[in-house]
Amino acid sequence: MTEIIQKVKNLSIGFKSKKGEEILILRNISTNIKKGETVGIVGESGSGKSTLALAMMGYVKHGLYTIGGECEFNSSNLLKMKNRDLEKIRGRKIAMIPQNAGQALTPNLKIGYQIDEALQLHSDLKEEEREQKISELLNKVRLPSPETIALRYPHELSGGQQQRVAVAMALAGTPDLLLLDEPTTGLDVTTQAHVLELLNFIAKDTGTSMVYVSHDLGAIAQVSDRIIVMYSGEIVLEGPSRDILKKPIHPYTYGLLKSIPKLSLAGLPQSMPGSQPQPGAIHRGCSFFDRCDFSEEKCKSNSPQLEYLEQLNTSVRCFNHKSLMNDSQVNQTVNKIKTSLQDKEILNISEVSISYAKQNLLDQVLNRISDDNPTVKDININIKKGETIALVGESGSGKSTILKSIAGLLRTKGGIIKFDQKRNLSSDLKERDPNDLRIIQLIFQNPDESLNPNHTVEEIIAQPLKLYFGLKGEELKKNIIELLQKVRLGEFYMSRYPRQLSGGEKQRVAVARAFAAKPDIILCDEVTSALDVSVQAAVLNLLQQLKEDFGTTYIFVSHDLAVVRAISDRVAVLYQGRLCEVGPSKDVYQFPSHPYTEVLLGAVLEPDPDIKPKLVAEDIVEEKPPQKGCSFQGRCSRILGDICKNEIPPWQITNSGNSIRCHIPLKELQKDQIN
Amino acid sequence: MKLDNIYQEEKKSNLAKVSEIIITMASRPSGFIGLSILIFHVILAFISPYIAPYDFKAINPTLMLQAPSAEYWFGTDDLGRDVFTRTILGGRTALTITFFGSLIALLWGGLLGIFCGLVGGKTDDIVMRIVDAFLSIPWILAMLLIVSLLGTSTEVLIPALGFFYGKGIVRVARAATHDVIAKDFIVSARARGHSNFSIIWNEIIPNVRDAILVEGAMRWSWMLLGFSSLSFLGFGVSPPTPDWGLMISNARGLMSFAYWSVIAPIVGLSSLIIGINLTADAFAKALGIDRSTKAPV
Repeated sequence: MTEIIQKVKNLSIGFKSKKGEEILILRNISTNIKKGETVGIVGESGSGKSTLALAMMGYVKHGLYTIGGECEFNSSNLLKMKNRDLEKIRGRKIAMIPQNAGQALTPNLKIGYQIDEALQLHSDLKEEEREQKISELLNKVRLPSPETIALRYPHELSGGQQQRVAVAMALAGTPDLLLLDEPTTGLDVTTQAHVLELLNFIAKDTGTSMVYVSHDLGAIAQVSDRIIVMYSGEIVLEGPSRDILKKPIHPYTYGLLKSIPKLSLAGLPQSMPGSQPQPGAIHRGCSFFDRCDFSEEKCKSNSPQLEYLEQLNTSVRCFNHKSLMNDSQVNQTVNKIKTSLQDKEILNISEVSISYAKQNLLDQVLNRISDDNPTVKDININIKKGETIALVGESGSGKSTILKSIAGLLRTKGGIIKFDQKRNLSSDLKERDPNDLRIIQLIFQNPDESLNPNHTVEEIIAQPLKLYFGLKGEELKKNIIELLQKVRLGEFYMSRYPRQLSGGEKQRVAVARAFAAKPDIILCDEVTSALDVSVQAAVLNLLQQLKEDFGTTYIFVSHDLAVVRAISDRVAVLYQGRLCEVGPSKDVYQFPSHPYTEVLLGAVLEPDPDIKPKLVAEDIVEEKPPQKGCSFQGRCSRILGDICKNEIPPWQITNSGNSIRCHIPLKELQKDQIN
Repeated sequence: MKLDNIYQEEKKSNLAKVSEIIITMASRPSGFIGLSILIFHVILAFISPYIAPYDFKAINPTLMLQAPSAEYWFGTDDLGRDVFTRTILGGRTALTITFFGSLIALLWGGLLGIFCGLVGGKTDDIVMRIVDAFLSIPWILAMLLIVSLLGTSTEVLIPALGFFYGKGIVRVARAATHDVIAKDFIVSARARGHSNFSIIWNEIIPNVRDAILVEGAMRWSWMLLGFSSLSFLGFGVSPPTPDWGLMISNARGLMSFAYWSVIAPIVGLSSLIIGINLTADAFAKALGIDRSTKAPV
């Protein structure tokens, strides 16, 4: 039997509410972490997964306290230990890798110095040995030329490199247990795939046990041997990774896997109704009862216990797991999207370029923008009425920038944005007339920021109605109620403040506000990336429904290729502010594709242990688009030579109408990519 | 369903909100002490003319520098006037002038700060450099200049103090505005085409109001100290009107043998300032501006 290094026994953590009631964040958690294994803890926000991971290093967040149970490490209970003793364990025996390495590294100290600090604290090496160890560590996390990296400051590294440095620092004390709290969440898809691959390598190479906390089943699937699924502060399912992802026997996990969009399937995944209960809200019965498709009368009043199933080596908290066991695989059914495409073009974007460069005095006086290498260049897209077009790319690809200039929030350097084939939309917000502003509405990524925290839902939705239609009194109220019903929220939401709503509800309010203006075009900026997976599917379905009802056109910006695949009719792939590929979504997701699209598609993580990401290009980050030639020349693995460096590639059109901007002939691209 | 009531809380009336804030303030010991001192001083300022045992300007050479006694609780000063009478009356002018002074400071400082924060660019640059330039002038020097040119009447003192103490609020209001200006709800309002006025009134003010109010409360206590310094120097309230600053100034030479005539106004002034400071602190905490007391989760 393998050695158990961390034993969590009946752990409950909670806080006292204002009224003095004990509210539990973690409810009676028991689990063991074995030596050398990687355990994934997965759950939606608020499920208690981070609290559990922190408790594993003897840390309880300010305001929370341990109600019962213990975390045993080397046969001592971490939660009862004094700080001085904990200091000896943290870093040396148990190390943590935070979510955002950029913020975890001290900005004004060199990388080498920071790792040296970690070594001084957590190892007994002498000065000369430490120096060697630093480059050893940097080598281990596969950073190029460790000597120069050690002399750099954190801001001189890319997000992926910073995360690698954080891994190196965590490894400095040669820990037995590594806790990773959403280590790849803030990273670009390609970088994420690289970091996960590195973590896999380190787990094998050093034999360190890892606890990987994430909301992303795709990432968990790539790294973990065992998965713990948490819901509302409880473990609902625990077992070998493959079994859980292929044959989930708990209805929550089953629903979760069904609601994740997949690359191989066009159309919207089914959503799970409702949202996770607030901590302290459930007193009796199963916490998943309200959202469960398999619930029975007994689930309402009796809490199921975690039951260990010998033959599957799995623990499950459900009365009905047997009925799910026979339902062999997650058969994903998708709601096919209806296209309401019309032939009429509603928005023509031609030759648009946008520059962020600081203007010199002369240009400021003459009110012009001069920049020979603008951030966004040569954007030509014609959008049909009723179409959903997605702009896809990594951070810095200019997709949000383009969205802003369509909304008039950012001045373009050149080019024309034409509405309804007649009206030119001025690039300056102040020059647009109110009607031009009404026809284009925005939905933002994070509803916490896009809704004024001091306004009620009623006031939020009333704003566009008052501004554009001058509605007042009863009529205004009637319209607000109608809009709330459209986004499936009840009338009683009117008097609530955003902080009283869940993430999904907030985003619905934001959607209602956008539709209040009766717009022709809605710009969606990463609208689902701040939401939990189960809620994401519901919001996507809502958007699709509203589109069918109102005939709205969506311009959808996202970094998530699977989400884009689910909702869009057409996809435009951007790199460094230049278009790489534009085409109907089913064709963009098939070969031949632009080498950059190939990289993106390869890096998508699916919640399936059998589908491994393909790492095609290096995960370096370019600061600026190249002066001449192809925008992707710096990272392309299929680069031909000087032609790519000097000449802007021509558009090549495939039989199905997919345009690819590359020097490589389509036939050759296809041949290479399929092999 | 314990937490449900949190999520079903209805929109409250303004009165209910204010009373809730005051209750939260008073529930902390420091807030309770601060509020009690402040309320005591305010009530005293209203009723002191009616309860004062003696005439504040009655000079009596036979009663010069009497030690505290049953008749004269705080003793008498060098002109034989009752110190108790003069002390309870001494806060009235200071409290009134600085209260209205801080209101003016709050208004112009807050609005200008929000405007600069919203507009940004060159306007912001120019206005802020002017504010910085004023900040570099020693305020007491400038006040002395204004007072000696325009006199020490209330109509001069209130706007002058309001102006000098508003400069600091400009910076605070501008910084608070910068915090919310980048948020998407402002971008959203802009994209919809709301006017600057509507954005300031509907979107920004509700979000920066708390920070500015707290800053205003702190300024009030500083202004009180500043005003008393002016009186001390003889440029605030003119004799024989009783005023703490003036009383301290008059009696400071006699401290060695008639300490009572100095101590009473000092206690009056410092307790009021401490009261305002503690109240402002508790106010900030009740509004949730103090991050350290934020509830978990």
